[in-house]
Amino acid sequence: MFHRQSGRYVATFAVDEVRVLRKVASEVVGLLTDGFDHSDPVVGRLFPEVYPDDPRSTAEFRRYTEGDLKTAKIDQAGAILAALPGEAGGEVRLDAEAAEAWLRALNDARLAMGVRLEIKDGTDLGEELDEAVAEDPTSSRVFQLSVYAYLGYLQESLLNALIDGA
Amino acid sequence: MGGMAAPQVAPVETPDTEEVPVSDRQWVTIVWDDPVNLMTYVTWVFQKLFGYSREKAEKLMLDVHHKGRAVVSTGARERMEHDASQLHAYGLWATVDRS
Repeated sequence: MFHRQSGRYVATFAVDEVRVLRKVASEVVGLLTDGFDHSDPVVGRLFPEVYPDDPRSTAEFRRYTEGDLKTAKIDQAGAILAALPGEAGGEVRLDAEAAEAWLRALNDARLAMGVRLEIKDGTDLGEELDEAVAEDPTSSRVFQLSVYAYLGYLQESLLNALIDGA
Repeated sequence: MGGMAAPQVAPVETPDTEEVPVSDRQWVTIVWDDPVNLMTYVTWVFQKLFGYSREKAEKLMLDVHHKGRAVVSTGARERMEHDASQLHAYGLWATVDRS
């Protein structure tokens, strides 16, 4: 988890964490490049309809803003990939700009997973995880829920480090 | 409204239309509640993007959380679209509407 150390935001990641972060950041990049499809609910969440009752104005807005927004989201996911240590794990040190890119990218990854996992208001992650484990401890849902929870802790630790350092 | 012999009545309040034309004040940016974004993150984004105080940002975040939505900025349509696209970059669920 992140903490602030002489103007940098520092965290040490184990092998598994590096692997998971590389996977989720790459998945976001994939979603925004090859897999970009407005009918995908994840894309719908990352690029909301700005005029829910007015498809024409929404399309117009997208024509002007979507390219930049997509580039920004790819870049921020790229900031995670660029700063991650090698497969053996190790330390990540971020300046303020990279820390904010990480924060937004972690949020994008959580939004994407939240849609896939059907996270609702009031969803108790602990309960969801217990249920999924009871059903099948080796299921992909167990893994996805743990990753989702982990990303939340990581994002919060980075945010707290940023706020404390401000 | 010149005139030397102005009667002794209370001055007429001139509407504050010079800085912001009426046609430019008819739009709002709305942020909607979603189950994923952390409350601390939403507060931080409001401070960061709009320069709001911690108190104001927190109040808006709580409005979003409890009422399902909150108006976070008001102004010209182009400005609101800019705000909404910034909010989208931070992953908040923002829409634009007439006020």
